Amino acid sequence: MIDLSIRKQLGEFGLDVSFSVPEQGLTALFGRSGAGKTSVIAAIAGLLRPDEGHIRVSGRTLFDSASGEDVPVHRRRVGYVFQEGRLFPHLSVRDNLLYGQRRSPVVNRRIDLDEILELLGIAALLGRRPRDLSGGEKQRVAIGRALLAQPEVLLMDEPLASLDAPRKREILPYLERLRDELRVPIVYVSHAIEEVVRLANLVVVLDSGRVAAAGTPEELGERLDLRPLLGEFESGAVIDASMEAYDAVFDLSTLAFDGGRLRVPGNAGVIGAKVRVRVRARDVSLATQKPVDISVQNIFEGSVEQVAEEPGAYAELKLRVGNTRFLSRVTRESVSRLGLRTGSRVFLLVKSVSFDRETLSAAPGIASAGQRGHG
Amino acid sequence: MLTDFELQALWLSLKVALRSVALSLPFALGAAYVLARIRFPGKVLFDGLVHLPLALPPVLVGYLLLLTFGIRGPLGGWLFETFGLRLAFTSLGASIATAVMSFPLMVRSIRLSIESIDSGLESAAATLGASPLDRFFTITLPLMLPGVLSGCVVAFAASLGEFGAVITFVSNIPGETQTLPLAIYSAVQTPDGDAAAARLAALSLVLALSGLMVSEIIARRARMMLGGGPE
Repeated sequence: MIDLSIRKQLGEFGLDVSFSVPEQGLTALFGRSGAGKTSVIAAIAGLLRPDEGHIRVSGRTLFDSASGEDVPVHRRRVGYVFQEGRLFPHLSVRDNLLYGQRRSPVVNRRIDLDEILELLGIAALLGRRPRDLSGGEKQRVAIGRALLAQPEVLLMDEPLASLDAPRKREILPYLERLRDELRVPIVYVSHAIEEVVRLANLVVVLDSGRVAAAGTPEELGERLDLRPLLGEFESGAVIDASMEAYDAVFDLSTLAFDGGRLRVPGNAGVIGAKVRVRVRARDVSLATQKPVDISVQNIFEGSVEQVAEEPGAYAELKLRVGNTRFLSRVTRESVSRLGLRTGSRVFLLVKSVSFDRETLSAAPGIASAGQRGHG
Repeated sequence: MLTDFELQALWLSLKVALRSVALSLPFALGAAYVLARIRFPGKVLFDGLVHLPLALPPVLVGYLLLLTFGIRGPLGGWLFETFGLRLAFTSLGASIATAVMSFPLMVRSIRLSIESIDSGLESAAATLGASPLDRFFTITLPLMLPGVLSGCVVAFAASLGEFGAVITFVSNIPGETQTLPLAIYSAVQTPDGDAAAARLAALSLVLALSGLMVSEIIARRARMMLGGGPE
C-alpha cells in the first residue's frame, strides 16, 4: 500500500495530492504535462521534499512533516525509471544493472539478474555500453536496473515518452509482464491515454496539482465530465472481454463481453484469455434501425444513457449494451436528425478495422483494490 | 646528445612540474567542485581569488610568495622554525610558485568537466541506494576524469614554462631552481650563449609538443572509456 498526502508550493504552482494505491498492480498517474505527475513520484523517491504531508510505502514512513521523518533517497528502496533512462555512460550494461543490486542488503534480494534478463529480454546486451544501445534497449536496461535494486515500489516517469511508436510497441508487452509477474507495485506517470488504458489497474487523474478523479480505466472512461482532461480525440470505452474463437481463414478473433460478441482483426490470444479492448468513441456509429447488407462486423443493439453536447459540431453519447458501456462521438446534427435522447433504442456499428495493436491488450491480472482520492 | 647542464635543467623542470601538479590537484579538485556545485554568498569573490594568478603579473605572484613564504615571512618563518622547511630559493619553492600560477588553469578544466556531468545521473544513483560519498566515487569522479587528466596536463605544461614567478620567488640557481626557461634566460644573458640557448629552446619545444600529444591521446582514451564518441 502506498499512502500519500503531500502539499508543496513550487513557485506559482501548488501541489496538493492525496491518494492510496494497492500493494500490487500498476497505478497510472495521468494528466497533462504540468499537472504535477512527476513532482508526485519525485516526492515518493525523495528527490523533491514536500512542504508538508506524509508518504508511506508498505507501512514504512518515508516522509512525515509532523514527525520530522525524511528518509534520504538512497535508503528509501524506491526504484525510479526516468524518462530519459539515465544509464551510467562509463559502465557496461551489466554493471549498470548490478549497480543497485550490489547496494541492496542480501536479505532483501527477491529479484535476481537472470529473472530480469529473461523478463526484459536483455541477456544479449550485457557486455555492451549504453551508447551502443537503441532507445528501447536503454529503457529496458533502465527498468531492469531499477528492479534489481529490490525496490518496494517502482516509479516510472513516462518511460515511453522519448521513444517512437515502434519502440513503444516493443516495450509495452514487457511492462505488462512486469505488472502481472512481479510483486512490486508500480506507479506509472503518463500523459498518453492509450498507455494508461492498456496498462493500468487504477488511474489517478491529476489536474493543476490536484487529484481530479481516481478509479479504474473503465470507470473513468465512462465519465463524460472528465472528457476535457482525458483528451478530445482519445475518448473511448474500455471493455474487458475474453477470447472465444479465432478464425484463421479470415484472421479474425471473436471476443465475448457482457452484452455481446466483438470481432477484431488478428489473433488476440489463446482461447479464454482476458483481453482488454478499447473502443474509441469516434469509431462507434449509430443507427435507429438495424442495417442490413453492410460491411461492418460488429452491430449491437443498445440504449442511450446520456447525451453530452459539446460546443462545436460534435456530441458524445454514453450507451449501454447489456451490462457494458460504450461511448460514441457523432455530429450534433445526427443526434438531432435521428432524435436521439436518453432512453432511445439504437444500433451501434463498430468496424473491425478500428482495432489495432494499440487498442487490444492483455487485461491486467489483478483486480483493483480499494482507493480513495480527493482534491 | 645532451650536455650535463641541459640534462640537469630538463630533469629539474620535469621534477618541479610534476610536484607542482601533485601539490595543486587536491586543492583544485576541491575548488572546482565548490565552484561547479555549491552556491554560497561570496562565490564571486572566491571565483576571483582562484583566477587571480591569471590576471596578476607573474613577477608580482613570485614577490607575494617571497613575502609570505620567505624565511622572514609570516608562514615561511613558521615553517622553517617548526619543520626546518625552507621554501625560498629551493626546488620545492619552485614547485609552489608554478603550482600557484597553473592553479586557475587546472580548476577551470576540472570545473568544466563537473558542470558537464548530468546531475540526473547522481539522482539515479541515489535511487539505486548509493550514499552521497558512494555517488561521488562511483559516478561523479569517473565521469570528471577526462577533465581532471587534461587539467593536469595543461597545468604540467604551464609549470614547465613558468618563468616570472619562479625567478622572483626562488631565484635562478643551477641544479636547484634553474628550470629550462630560466636556463634559456641565463644562456641568452651570457656572451656567446646563442648556440646553448638555441639547443635549450629546441629541447623545450620537443618537450611541449610531446606533452600536448600525450594529453590528446589520454583525453581520447578517456572519452572512449567513458562511452563518448571516438571523435
